Amino acid sequence: MTALQLAQQIKAQFGDLISEPAEFRGEITLWVQDAERIPEVCAFAKTTLGFDYLVDITSIDDYGDDPRFTLVYHLYGYGHLQYLRLKTQVSEEKSELPTLTGVWRTANWHEREIYDMMGLRFRGHPDLRRILMWEGYPYFPLRKDFPLAGKSSDVPEIAFTSPAPLAGGPFVTIAGGKDAVAREPRVRIPQTDALETNARLARRKDIKEAHGRAYGPGPIEPRNKP
Amino acid sequence: MSAVAPEGSSEQREVQFRDAAGRAAETAQALAESPPPGEEGAELNGEKMVLNMGPSHPATHGVLRIVLELDGEIITRAVPEVGYLHRGDEKIAENMTYTQFIPYTDRLDYLAPLANNVAYALAVEKLLGIDRQLPARCQFIRVICCELARVSSHLLGLGSFGMDVGALTVFLHTFTEREKIYNLCESLTGARFTTSYTRIGGLSRDLPPGWVEQCRKFLHEVIVNIDETETLLTRNRIFVDRTQGIGVISKADAIDYGLSGPNLRGSGVEHDLRKTQPYLVYDQLDFDVPVGSAGDCYDRYLLRIEEMRQSVKILHQCLDKLPGGPVNVPDGKIVLPPKDRVLTRMEELIHHFINVTQGVNAPPGDIYFGHENPKGELGFYIHSKGGGTPHRLKIRAPSFVNLSILSQLLPGHMVSDIVAILGSFDFVMGECDR
Repeated sequence: MTALQLAQQIKAQFGDLISEPAEFRGEITLWVQDAERIPEVCAFAKTTLGFDYLVDITSIDDYGDDPRFTLVYHLYGYGHLQYLRLKTQVSEEKSELPTLTGVWRTANWHEREIYDMMGLRFRGHPDLRRILMWEGYPYFPLRKDFPLAGKSSDVPEIAFTSPAPLAGGPFVTIAGGKDAVAREPRVRIPQTDALETNARLARRKDIKEAHGRAYGPGPIEPRNKP
Repeated sequence: MSAVAPEGSSEQREVQFRDAAGRAAETAQALAESPPPGEEGAELNGEKMVLNMGPSHPATHGVLRIVLELDGEIITRAVPEVGYLHRGDEKIAENMTYTQFIPYTDRLDYLAPLANNVAYALAVEKLLGIDRQLPARCQFIRVICCELARVSSHLLGLGSFGMDVGALTVFLHTFTEREKIYNLCESLTGARFTTSYTRIGGLSRDLPPGWVEQCRKFLHEVIVNIDETETLLTRNRIFVDRTQGIGVISKADAIDYGLSGPNLRGSGVEHDLRKTQPYLVYDQLDFDVPVGSAGDCYDRYLLRIEEMRQSVKILHQCLDKLPGGPVNVPDGKIVLPPKDRVLTRMEELIHHFINVTQGVNAPPGDIYFGHENPKGELGFYIHSKGGGTPHRLKIRAPSFVNLSILSQLLPGHMVSDIVAILGSFDFVMGECDR
């Protein structure tokens, strides 16, 4: 049986809840209109259609759109060897949907990861904790409004305070430093960065006096500024 | 699908074992019946103890932490904690072109970087719709890469497994052979570990002169090494006692927890993506997929030994059949054009410029590609909104999913069984934590 036929059986069972099957590169995608009914659809796919293996659950952040989040479920059957993709959407205000742990136990860690990275809550999940980041971390890093360079926080015991690690923070090389200690992030002592900034500003001033215009490294933001 | 039962599967075994839960109950009963006299006895029969294993422990092969609740030596509860090696690879992928992400795939399963490179390239090529148009030579070389990575990964996995349960010789023995694979990798890609060998639509370079002969020589040597490794472990009394009947995963549990690769097949599920969803030229090659029957640590060990033999068989066939011709698709919009043409022709110069600055122009759409990596099903899900950068790239890491069964599997075992179970799982934290 092909994936398309299996998808049509789901469509026949649930009617308007399921969109028409869409095909791209030989893969079938079904949209489930109501995220609340995902466990029901998955349980049907597992018990009746033989999709016994939940490959993966993923979330997508369409920042700026409404509903903001898309959940993607990949199912596979060891009997018929077909993949099927289910998609559903969740709005930012709600940020919640029912868990799949009652259908497949492997959903446990996938859902914890989505909670950790995207901040979506799974109702009924037995152990909804962060999994890759640590307990108490204040952000959801895979959201599109979380910058790649990281974000400073106001909880010094738990996460970075200002500046963020790659936005001028302790991992960034300071070009033009007078020696390796001043340049290299690995040997630098963060407390001395303010001194380095002053030295840099003085050097910039010297250059301006000598050449009539300043070039070379500009001032870096003071460390304690948010 | 053809399958062979590995030698020494449960039917043939003479050693009878009790299941772990039964043994746990017996031990607990024995403890209760004979409490030692005095105050020490009260301590032994007292509260449960919480033991923290890892994140820095030699048997966790990386930075896995397991919080154990113990009743004497019996585990009553186990909570695995992962994430110590999290680098945000998926976030990084959203901020660079498809080609720029290739070096990051080296660092997923860092014991099989070549296989990761191939898996990622195939996923992007599936999105572009060119995965069936790759030149034959490219496909054969990619299969060679995957199978070399499998042998290398299994050699290390078995070596450290043996070392964890007390057989140090195996580790040194398999590492000798693994070193030769790294020498092959170095002459092939220029790097021993961080290979970054594939490109979207091809390879970074063709095979260097004399490489095929070097590889053939290695294959003749490694098969001897595999046989010797077997003589060190397969009938080793200590190894057998520590692995048979330990960490038994039923077929239903293995499927329910989404296990993949040798850990799934060890439990008797006959599934290998190279056979069921054939990619590259695997459908033209003759090999068997070994399947276990008991689902214990010993079966997973036997399975990896047999998988290496099958990989060597595949490698021989690939080297024999290796066709000539180009290794890249002839499309300047996907692969960088040759440098001499870039420097002399306008069109190639534009292709080069666009390819480097904006990346390959992918169509909008979603694809999932699952690849049979040494550790299991390494999947890439790419959600593209068009252009040279993925809107979302999800890495379905086999080690992450495989480890999720630990909290269910460990209770009932002794503390010393953990090292055998973890060794037989053969996971990599670089891939688990991404």
